[in-house]
Amino acid sequence: MTTLLERLGGEAAVDQAVERFYRKVLRDERINQFFDDVDMDRQIAKQKGFLTMVFGGPNHYTGRDLREGHRHLVGRGLDDSHVDAVIELLGESLRELGVEDDAIMEVAAIAETVRDDVLNR
Amino acid sequence: MASIRFGDRLVTLRDDLSVLEALLDAGLEIPNDCRAGVCQSCLMQATAGPVPEDAQAGLRDTLRSQGYFLACRCHPRHDLEVRLPAARPMRVTAVVSGHEYLAQDILRLRLSTGAEFRYRPGQYLTLWRDERQGRCYSLASVPGRDPHLELHIRRIPGGVVSNWAHDQLRTGDRLQIQGPAGECFYVPGNPGRCLLLVGTGTGLAPLCGILRDALHHGHWGEIQLFHGAAGPSGLYLVQELRDMARRCANLHYSPCVLDLQGSPCDDVEVGAVGELALSTVPEPRDWKVYLCGAPRLVNNLRKQAFLAGTGMDDIYADAFVPSQGLKKTA
Repeated sequence: MTTLLERLGGEAAVDQAVERFYRKVLRDERINQFFDDVDMDRQIAKQKGFLTMVFGGPNHYTGRDLREGHRHLVGRGLDDSHVDAVIELLGESLRELGVEDDAIMEVAAIAETVRDDVLNR
Repeated sequence: MASIRFGDRLVTLRDDLSVLEALLDAGLEIPNDCRAGVCQSCLMQATAGPVPEDAQAGLRDTLRSQGYFLACRCHPRHDLEVRLPAARPMRVTAVVSGHEYLAQDILRLRLSTGAEFRYRPGQYLTLWRDERQGRCYSLASVPGRDPHLELHIRRIPGGVVSNWAHDQLRTGDRLQIQGPAGECFYVPGNPGRCLLLVGTGTGLAPLCGILRDALHHGHWGEIQLFHGAAGPSGLYLVQELRDMARRCANLHYSPCVLDLQGSPCDDVEVGAVGELALSTVPEPRDWKVYLCGAPRLVNNLRKQAFLAGTGMDDIYADAFVPSQGLKKTA
C-alpha cells in the first residue's frame, strides 16, 4: 500500500510544496499579518519535517505543540476563516506541483483533524 | 557496536537505539521533544567520527558541514564524539597584530592566536574588553590564506567595545576572544552556483570573507557583490574590490550609496542597496543569497528573495542587531 507521502511525490516534493505554500501565505493579505514576527527560516524547516511525518503514516503526534504554538495567535484573532485560507493555499501549492485531487483532499482532511488544536478549542 | 563519547562519558549503542535514546538511557540530559526529526530540539554536534546522512536530513548545509545532526534520527555504525550545541567555546588569548583604518570610522583589527582558531570566513567571534564586556564581530579573513584573524569595527557612539578597540588597543596588546559562531558562510561543493552578496556598513566584513573563501575554493559561478552605505564616506575597500573584480571575470562589485552627499563619485550607484541588487538579479530563483548588516535590510531582502523564488535554505543571513549585552554590533 502506498502512503500519502508517496502519492504526493515523496519528501522532496513536500519540501517544494512547503516553500511554494509559504510564498503564497506571505503574499496573502488574509493571513500574512500572523507571520510578521515569525522566523520563516525555522518555520519552513519545521513545517517540512512536520508534514513529512504526518503524511508518512501513523505517528505519535499529540497536537500539544499545535495548541501551544498557536495560542498567542488566537489571542490576536486567529479564527476559522484563517484556517480555511491556509488549507486553500496548501491545496493550491500541491495542485501546482501536479498532485492528484484525491490526494489533496486527503491532505485537507488531515488538516481538518487539527483545526481545533490550532484554534485552541 | 558503535560507542558514543559525550563529555567524559562513553555510551555503547545497543539494540538499534538512536543516539538520543542511548544517551537518555545512560541518564544524561539531552533536550528533546518529538523524537521524530521534526522539532530539532535534540540538535547535537559531532566533533569526531562520521555522521550518518539520515541524521542530517532537513538541516541547512551550514549546519551539516559543521557536523550537526538530530540525535533522535542518528543510528551510527561508527564511533562518534558528540556535544550539545549550547556548549560554549572557550575564551582564548589573541594578540593584536594590526590596527589600521579602512575608512574614517572603520577600524581593521588583525589578531593572531597561539593555538589554531578554527572558523569559517563570515562567522563571527566575541571580542572581550574585560570579563564582562564583549561584542561580536564578523571574520573577514580566510584560514589558510590569511595568517591573521581580521575584523572590521565601526565606531559606535558610546560603544564600550568599539571605542576601546579604536582608541586604546594597540599592536602587541593581548585580549580574549571567543567563538566562532554563526551560520552565514560559504559551503564548498557547488562551484557553479550564482552568488548574490548584499551588505551594508561593516556587513562587508563577512561578505569579504565569504567572497574570498568562495574564490579560494575555485568558485566559478557568477558572484554579484553589493555594498551599501549612507554616503561615499561609508564605503571602504573600494579600490581593492574593484581590482579583485578586474582579476576575476565572474566577480561583479557594485558599491552603492543612498546619497552622493556632494562628492563626485565615479562608478558608484545611487539608491537603496537592496533594490539595486534585486534590479540586477530580478530572478534569484537558483541563486545562493548572502545578506549581512542592518537588520531592516537583511530581513526585508530575505523575504523578497524568498518571494522571488530563492529557496529558504539558499539564503544565508546575518543581521547585525545593535548591542544590548552580547548581541552583534554594526
